[in-house]
Amino acid sequence: MDRIPILKFGNCLLVTIQVDMHDELALSLQEDLTAQIAKYGSRGVLIDISSLEIVDSFIGRMLANIAAMSRILDAQTVLTGMQPAVAITLVELGMVLPGIKTALNVERGMELLKDYLAQHEEPEESDGSEE
Amino acid sequence: MALKSEIFPVMCSADVVKVRQVVRQWAAQLNFSLVEQTKLVTATSELARNALEHGGGGSMLAELVEDGTRKGIRLIFDDKGPGIPNIELALKDGYTTGGGMGLGLSGSRRLVSDFQITSEPGRGTTVTIIRWK
Amino acid sequence: MSVFQDVMKSNEGAILAGWMGELESSTRRSDLINDTDLRRQGEELLRLFTAATQLSSDVQSDAFASTREFLREIARSRMDQGFTAAETALFILALKQPIFTALKSSIKDSSDLIEEVWLSSNLLDKLAMLTVSSAVGFREQTILRQQEEMMELSTPVVTLWDGILALPLIGTLDSARTQVVMESLLTAIVETNSQVAIIDITGVPTVDTLVAQHLIKTITAARLMGADCYLSGIRPAIAQTIVHLGIDLVDVQTKAKLSDAFALALKRLGKVVTTIKQPVAKNKDA
Repeated sequence: MDRIPILKFGNCLLVTIQVDMHDELALSLQEDLTAQIAKYGSRGVLIDISSLEIVDSFIGRMLANIAAMSRILDAQTVLTGMQPAVAITLVELGMVLPGIKTALNVERGMELLKDYLAQHEEPEESDGSEE
Repeated sequence: MALKSEIFPVMCSADVVKVRQVVRQWAAQLNFSLVEQTKLVTATSELARNALEHGGGGSMLAELVEDGTRKGIRLIFDDKGPGIPNIELALKDGYTTGGGMGLGLSGSRRLVSDFQITSEPGRGTTVTIIRWK
Repeated sequence: MSVFQDVMKSNEGAILAGWMGELESSTRRSDLINDTDLRRQGEELLRLFTAATQLSSDVQSDAFASTREFLREIARSRMDQGFTAAETALFILALKQPIFTALKSSIKDSSDLIEEVWLSSNLLDKLAMLTVSSAVGFREQTILRQQEEMMELSTPVVTLWDGILALPLIGTLDSARTQVVMESLLTAIVETNSQVAIIDITGVPTVDTLVAQHLIKTITAARLMGADCYLSGIRPAIAQTIVHLGIDLVDVQTKAKLSDAFALALKRLGKVVTTIKQPVAKNKDA
């Protein structure tokens, strides 16, 4: 079964969802992402959905799960490139995506992640003591 | 008054993907706007998945219908599963028996022009939706 | 009914001639349609009608499908040409006279004649009604389309600054218009890669629950996509209405004036407006 490729970008992971996913593929993406966050200690996850023409409640749930699991592993999730028709439909469906930041495109998403991580860096004192 | 009619099985997750594509094609052929297409295909995905996961599998009957001057697409999702004991409750936002978000039925209703559901515990469930152009 | 079917089949030519004659003397509208086209329409309709009556007497049945389709086409083209719905109906109803004439000459028994006359009259009435509803439907579609076009023209999305869009709404907002507004704003956000969109409702006279809901949906959708959306131009009367209606705007950033919303947007983008320092004036005598 094919799996969705995950790219490593410094301390972030980048996923581009381009296919009309069936359920098993979505679930394996969840597993793969969580595994890689843990493996690399990634701090950010960027999921690009600019090619997704449909986001139904199952996919929505998957995205919310990914965000929640990443959060537990101390990584922030950013969703980029949502199409207007998809956004309108999601609002009509009544779906909220808790814990997920969104950006218009991958470039903005990366900036968002960078800013967020810079704000949440644990400061290290030069003499070894912590804040 | 059905102008075109075709039935599709909904027995596995690949079928759910297939019916999404079919509905997308039909809607595009009728020149639905992009947003209307997306809403209908999303409702299709929700209801097909329901039939599969809660109904143990079933079918989708797709029909091109007309009513006087307007044309539309009618989709009938049918399964012979356990049925829904309390339809009113099932239609409320957030109600779920499957650990999901509980938006499949209630949400789909908001995405289409007409929505009908009949269900009998032990006999199965039938959901009929129509999106008029 | 079978007598009617036979009469139709064997008298097609005479009926057509009678029909054309009937039309000449009533609502001819030769300014809108010429003789050739009229005759051609009549021939085709009569052919389809006759064929259909051989199979059924129910206008909603499959046998009449092509007749119904043809009538829809006639309705559409006549509406385009400028006929009234009534004139289009009369086109169909004028068929009655020649059909009665044909029936009268073929049926001797008066009670049989009455029976066939009633059946055929009924048939034609139903077809005429179908045609009229089609015609009216098309007219409504045209009006709707024109409304849409007007709507699009009256909801322009303007770029206030690199990354900041404004949507000044003028006039009443109904459900259909708000959908158009929503879609064009969201599309514009993607196309211009804008981070902030300001919806200004200074020009909107009233805001009711439905309109408010639509605005909130638009703002939520924009946020889902990754852009911020502010609401500006809220007049005191509108603010009162919103509170009275119990609408919750807690999540929405609002400002009374568009200029204030713009300033907020600039700040959001990390931009600042500053005064250019005047260069020191050189002493002209030096």
